[in-house]
Amino acid sequence: MATSVELSTEEGGTYSGPLLDVRNLHVEFRTREGVARAVNGVEYSVDAGETLAVLGESGSGKSVTAQAIMGILDSPPGFVTQGKIIFQGRDLLTLGGEERRKVRGARMAMIFQDALSSLNPVLNVGEQLGEMFTVHRGMSRKEARARAVELMERVRIPAAKERIRSYPHQFSGGMRQRVMIAMAMALEPELIIADEPTTALDVTVQAQVMDLLAELQREYNMGLILITHDLGVVADVADKIAVMYAGRIVETSPVHDIYRAPAHPYTKGLLDSIPRLDQKGQELYAIKGLPPNLLHIPSGCAFHPRCPRARDVCRTDDPPLYRVSQHRASACHFWKETLGDDSVPSDDT
Amino acid sequence: MPENNPLDPEQGPIAPGGGYGAGMDLAASDADTLERAPGHGQEPGGPAGKPRSLWSDAWRDLRRNPVFIISVLIILFLVFISLWPGTIATQDPLQANLQKSQAGSEPGHPFGFDSQGRDVYTRVVYGARASVTVGVCATAGVVLLGSVLGGLAGFFGGWWDAILSRISDVFFGIPVVLGGLVFLSVVTNSTVWPVVGFMVLLGWPQIARIARGSVITARQNDYVQAGRALGAGNSRLLLRHIAPNAVAPVIVVGTIALGTYIALEATLSYLGVGLKPPTVSWGIDISDASNQIRNAPHMLLWPAGALSLTVLAFIMLGDAVRDALDPKLR
Amino acid sequence: MTTASRPTTPEPSDGRPADREPILQVRDLVKHFPLTQGIVFKRQVGAVQAVDGVSFDLFPGETLGIVGESGCGKSTVAKLLMNLEEPTSGEILYRGEDITKLSGRALKAVRRNIQMVFQDPYTSLNPRMTVGDIIGEPYEIHPEVAPKGDRRKRVQELLDVVGLNPEYINRYPHQFSGGQRQRIGIARGLALRPEVIVADEPVSALDVSVQAQVVNLMERLQDEFNLSYMFIAHDLSIVRHISDRVGVMYLGKIVEVGADAEIYEHPTHPYTQALLSAVPVPDPEARQYRERIILSGDVPSPANPPSGCRFRTRCWKARERCVVEEPLLAVPEAFRGTGGPAAHDSACHFAEEKPVVPRER
Repeated sequence: MATSVELSTEEGGTYSGPLLDVRNLHVEFRTREGVARAVNGVEYSVDAGETLAVLGESGSGKSVTAQAIMGILDSPPGFVTQGKIIFQGRDLLTLGGEERRKVRGARMAMIFQDALSSLNPVLNVGEQLGEMFTVHRGMSRKEARARAVELMERVRIPAAKERIRSYPHQFSGGMRQRVMIAMAMALEPELIIADEPTTALDVTVQAQVMDLLAELQREYNMGLILITHDLGVVADVADKIAVMYAGRIVETSPVHDIYRAPAHPYTKGLLDSIPRLDQKGQELYAIKGLPPNLLHIPSGCAFHPRCPRARDVCRTDDPPLYRVSQHRASACHFWKETLGDDSVPSDDT
Repeated sequence: MPENNPLDPEQGPIAPGGGYGAGMDLAASDADTLERAPGHGQEPGGPAGKPRSLWSDAWRDLRRNPVFIISVLIILFLVFISLWPGTIATQDPLQANLQKSQAGSEPGHPFGFDSQGRDVYTRVVYGARASVTVGVCATAGVVLLGSVLGGLAGFFGGWWDAILSRISDVFFGIPVVLGGLVFLSVVTNSTVWPVVGFMVLLGWPQIARIARGSVITARQNDYVQAGRALGAGNSRLLLRHIAPNAVAPVIVVGTIALGTYIALEATLSYLGVGLKPPTVSWGIDISDASNQIRNAPHMLLWPAGALSLTVLAFIMLGDAVRDALDPKLR
Repeated sequence: MTTASRPTTPEPSDGRPADREPILQVRDLVKHFPLTQGIVFKRQVGAVQAVDGVSFDLFPGETLGIVGESGCGKSTVAKLLMNLEEPTSGEILYRGEDITKLSGRALKAVRRNIQMVFQDPYTSLNPRMTVGDIIGEPYEIHPEVAPKGDRRKRVQELLDVVGLNPEYINRYPHQFSGGQRQRIGIARGLALRPEVIVADEPVSALDVSVQAQVVNLMERLQDEFNLSYMFIAHDLSIVRHISDRVGVMYLGKIVEVGADAEIYEHPTHPYTQALLSAVPVPDPEARQYRERIILSGDVPSPANPPSGCRFRTRCWKARERCVVEEPLLAVPEAFRGTGGPAAHDSACHFAEEKPVVPRER
């Protein structure tokens, strides 16, 4: 489809890059209190069939980036001020509203955390699923309904034929999330963005839903961006990880490497601070301090007030994404020390 | 480390010397105690660095809102002239000069005269008293009765709630104007009190419903459970935890209702069942003027304009207050 | 209605000091919420069996973790312990006295000793009160604890203890972040110097990096004030970290209870095994060492729980016996008398050991 589209960037010629390539993306929210810089130069890419996990706490900008990619940012107060979102060779930010809308749903789709509020409570799920086909594909209602049943079977909702007339509130949390997945899958998009898809679910149901998502992704060779705060979920399904902090990517890495040897103190802190099922330690390591206020992001490296490794240079110089290895990068002046040293140094105050 | 935080609004004025920083590492690790500065998702402290309650936040918003300022100025003016009408209208609102019947404006009589030759300007000024009295008293009664009954129903629930809800349904079903015609036509008293009483009687269910709803919402908050878990009694829970958090919608609706009660008084007076002469009221004057609308439109224009402006002022005030109190906008 | 009614008498294996009296004894606790129809004339059409025959002991200075999925009744147990709900039947004995039968002054006195930390730091603090008023309120309700002139100082001490700046006493909750608010909630819980703190999901609403701070704080306070914790959570990793003993709940019943190592390393109930195996472990290498048990379906409605064993509808071991006979919470026959770590209470007819958490690699 879009493998040979002209690209108006420095590459020129035919396009053979990643499925989605986000470059130097900046998003800010203009509020009464001031300008909140939610996303500050995010760069990541996803290939077809690949799972990128975007890890971060609340306020890290992980969801805002996703909204910018989908083009569903609340604007105002949110504005994309800089950057490119290159999807299948086209910069989405240069597209008009109508073209952008065609991409949404058909080419890329999103799954939200709260399925109950993302589904329309007054329409039954058959109508909502069928709508995808009647609106985007111009099918008749009857055809659309048949496709809806098919979709529900594909996401393993039992008794799909009967349940198609049910309303969202009649489904359990796990089943509702399956309906959401079915909806996202309806038009067989090339990219799915899942924003905390299992956070609201119980542990045993979480596993079911994650497995389903991973399986569908393999089957259709989709790109998947999994936005989460849970290092455990990431470890199970992701190929590579981008860790976000204060609207920036602070570390990117293939999934195995990051758990073995994190190259950024924040990642390391997160990994050390989660209690382990198979170990009973004495005291948990805790990252000191609080996530930053986006209205007043600290100077230099945004993590420096909480970092055990911070020196003077961290207070003044914003670290670039240093290349750690072929597929790894870390935005820390002292990534070498972080990688090499396993002990947490004492705070130098 | 907290000392250089740009967000810490309490630097300076309050800090008791001695530097807290030294004493703060207690028994715990750095990681545990260094969470000092308030941060994350809130604005830097106000200019004075004072702790701010939600009420003072609302007040800060209101002060900057032109709609609020205009409506408050209008209302203050109204209250002023209803208390001391003589300060801006030197004539007697009842003094009639039939020679001037329906005459237009002339020096000293800017709004002209009505059918009986009374000065329209003076009557508009004096009419404010009736309107404001009815509006304020009716609202006070409605809010008092409605919020107590509705609040208790919401807090205790059960049969008390069921009975109260059914009763308020019955009152809701009565058409206000029809009810007024029936109820007030049997009353001979010409003061404002029967009208106020009627409005309270029909108006309380509206506030009761809102109070009940917001009490139920507030009651479900964990801080109410927390208070109960501490051993707090019902009166403490209601007065300290629920009422302050449930009162905002009642204030908003009460403010808007005040405007509508003023309009309702005018409507009832127009229909002849509200206030009766010799009380001076915009409704009575509008009623008198409506027959003469072709001959002397000024007779209608001024009292009707005053009425509309008053109602509008209260509705604007209610809107502004709602915006300021709405936590979702924060 | 049958209930699993076996008081958990101390077993030597679970590491509890056998000579100490339990501070809290819960016996056959039942809470059914009636489902009614009609507005004025209500009639009962059923009941949500939120808690259905729960028994456990809490010893001084220990942490009892309760884990389970949403709807298993763990939060209702917390509310019952706090006397915020009235139990349908059963006893809650605080130092031998049944607190469910208390009211008025006697109840108020008991409440001083059992306090609660709530899940949501945003709704558990009254937004119209200052931090000083919130933490000081316990002293207003129980004036005998602290004389009036002393209160401000005490509140500031408490702020200090939970790691907040005592100068913040005049601020309002919305000026704090989630983690800081949770510290305020903890300070309020500590004000009366209670012996027991019931914590209902105290960290699940917090950011990952802040969770560890609050867990550490709670552990430190436990040592400092010799508190007993009842720690309710859905996050099995955190529960393991903080708990001495762990109870697993499913649909209103405790299905397995024991010392933390017994539950995590030697689970015998299939639900516990499934729950443990489903926890995502932050270690991609561990994938190959783990067997994952993916349960089918969802938790049944507590208004209409399955007969016999409540877990049977999702259990891969379920047989005829599970439909007709409810398994009691007791040491399974197979392990009785072995004295090994698998010999702990487990409500399953076909209990067998199945380690699902990989031990030290």
